[in-house]
Amino acid sequence: MNFDLTEERQMLQDTLRRFLADRYATAERNAIIDSDAGFSSDIWAQLAELGVLGALFTEADGGFGGAGFDITTVFEELGRAGVVEPVLDTAVLGGGLIAALGNDAQKSLVEEVIGGGVHLAFAHGEPASRYDLTRVETTAKADGDDIVLNGRKAVVANAEAAGQLIVSARESGAVDDADGISLFLVPADSSGLSQRGYPMLGGGRAAEVTLDDVRLPASARLGTAGDAFPAIAERVAAANVALAAETLGAMETAVELTREYLMTRKQFGRPIGTFQALAHRFSDLLIELEQARSAVINAAGHLGDADRDRQIAAARNLIGRVGRLVAEESIQMHGGIGMTQEYELAHIAKRIVMNDHRLGDTDYHMERFIELSAA
Amino acid sequence: MDLSYSPEEIAFREDVRAFLNEKLPDELAEKLRRGGHPSKEEQENWHAILNERGWLAPNWPKEYGGCEWNAVQRHIFEEECAFANAPRVVPFGLSMLAPVLMKFGSKEQCDHFLPRILDGTNWWCQGYSEPGAGSDLASLKTRAVREGDHYVVNGQKTWTTLGQHADWIFCLVRTDPDVKQQEGISFLLIDMNTPGVEVRPIILLDGTHEVNEVFFDNVKVPVENLVGEENKGWTYAKYLLTHERTNIAGVGFSQAGLAGVKRMARAEVSGGRPLIENPHFAARIARVEMDLMAMATTNLRIISKAAVGQAPGVEASMLKVKGTIIRQEINDLARRAAGPYAMPFVSEALEGDNDPVGPDYAGHLAAEYFNYRKLSIFGGSNEIQRGIIAKVKMGG
Repeated sequence: MNFDLTEERQMLQDTLRRFLADRYATAERNAIIDSDAGFSSDIWAQLAELGVLGALFTEADGGFGGAGFDITTVFEELGRAGVVEPVLDTAVLGGGLIAALGNDAQKSLVEEVIGGGVHLAFAHGEPASRYDLTRVETTAKADGDDIVLNGRKAVVANAEAAGQLIVSARESGAVDDADGISLFLVPADSSGLSQRGYPMLGGGRAAEVTLDDVRLPASARLGTAGDAFPAIAERVAAANVALAAETLGAMETAVELTREYLMTRKQFGRPIGTFQALAHRFSDLLIELEQARSAVINAAGHLGDADRDRQIAAARNLIGRVGRLVAEESIQMHGGIGMTQEYELAHIAKRIVMNDHRLGDTDYHMERFIELSAA
Repeated sequence: MDLSYSPEEIAFREDVRAFLNEKLPDELAEKLRRGGHPSKEEQENWHAILNERGWLAPNWPKEYGGCEWNAVQRHIFEEECAFANAPRVVPFGLSMLAPVLMKFGSKEQCDHFLPRILDGTNWWCQGYSEPGAGSDLASLKTRAVREGDHYVVNGQKTWTTLGQHADWIFCLVRTDPDVKQQEGISFLLIDMNTPGVEVRPIILLDGTHEVNEVFFDNVKVPVENLVGEENKGWTYAKYLLTHERTNIAGVGFSQAGLAGVKRMARAEVSGGRPLIENPHFAARIARVEMDLMAMATTNLRIISKAAVGQAPGVEASMLKVKGTIIRQEINDLARRAAGPYAMPFVSEALEGDNDPVGPDYAGHLAAEYFNYRKLSIFGGSNEIQRGIIAKVKMGG
């Protein structure tokens, strides 16, 4: 047993924490959120330079990490600072799917991702799919040597910035079959592809993507026809580990802000943290935070083994529950100030809660856990 | 025991429903249904419609143009308004200041201000909280010093709801710093157009501008704008708070909100079937509905006592705590029901200028969930309410 970070991961954590403390303070971050792009190209370039993106890929794929604990090390720090740059979308999901399924020509994109030169988006969810990963109504039909895509993709994070979208489409099977789903690399400027972009409440941007007879060469397919689902499940598992770690980091910040406030805010002539009613509630947050930390460790540690999906369902359910508690209690114990946009807690609390709407919410992961435990 | 409404009350409900059906502007109700906020003009227009019917001031005596409804009638009215997506009546002048003026103000103050509250000439806001005086309101520091025939006011108020629309503010100010905190406070009416008054917006975490900071820099206020006696303001403030707590349980809002959650859960599909059939989500709905059914009866038990003249005391604090917990739970269910479509945040869509992203019921739910965290903070936080309950019941 050893719960310490390796020397390399410790260095990565220190470097990233220093960089974000220096460059990603509340005012700068809130200006990024309000910007048209919804993220900062400058911050992105520096994350690449610091090796943050490379740490998310294995050596075989041109990176220097890629394991569960590399992902948690990076995302816990991103979460602590409330980072809105699309690391999850471009690297873990986009780059990760190409690394998993792509041929040599397609994999050259992974190198560009690691270098910070390209953005990607995973266009998988649809208006009627909610959190179901296998429900794909978008169709891919062969037409001579070409493939023609039709369908709609919902809440595609980072779609507007992406040079290429990784679009899932069904080549065979029923609407909710795991078999029959393929992935395609679709240039954002393809004829027939249109986007309606918008900001998200937790920061960053997404878009509704419509595919109307989008014609692609067969070489745009990632991997073999209809066989993409195992890779999707593996990358979504990694993304869930990332989201869990990010939420953990954000909760650490929320709890620390609350601790400072309870110690400094005085009412009735004394710091409000000296009132036992608040002190005990603060203690509960610390207890639950350690539960969340252990759940993240469980999920990351099992990312490569047979118990992967059950561990991840457990972590995301627990963190969904703890996240709501931490966000709500932190705001409540702050009072009015915790409700204001310019105070750090506002964005952090939104990030915590809105992460529960990505890749499955608390209830979805509860069902998954029950299902997988019974199996 | 009789759980049913009387025939008169049932007839009254039908009147209210017919009135709302006829007079509430459709586009305004639709805007509010989609999570939008009424503009100043829309709010004033709605007040005017209510005033024309004589229903703007439920708790005022008839001599001032009120309707002298009892607590059960007020409850029925509020419930129907919530179901119809009518705007809330802005309470600061109508149900907070007016009762104080009637009880403690001079005849001149009543004759001057009450008609202007009713006809919308004056929009009032509340100057209570300060940066250093929230839950501990009596520690407020805004200073008023008497100089001849006026007071000079210096200090700062905060969390001033809709202060950006207001032309008058009623303030608690310190007139004697040398006595026990509660005994040196006065109740002052201040024209917001007086030189030295400055309003600055506070933007809340959902991007809305509802609250403000109000600064006073050597603001001259005529002494005739003092309500009652100097240094008796704390008594008046406490009297006002008992009126602030009408509709404190928000039963109508919760019932309307829960109905909305069920509509959504029937429309949303999860795992190939309606979300409302998902056992986890169904259990969440059931639990809050059972809580709400009980609280609705608690609320009626308390207000039926008030209807025959018994003022709600510690029960108001209980209703506030339970009522806000239930409302916030419903807000939480609503954002969950929206699934991934809770994430888009298109503020123009809320104001009706843009098509919604995803289903039209989903766009505002996450923002509203965050905005309504305020329910357990303002008007005396739930921690303060619990303190009151314990103090009363244990004689502390």
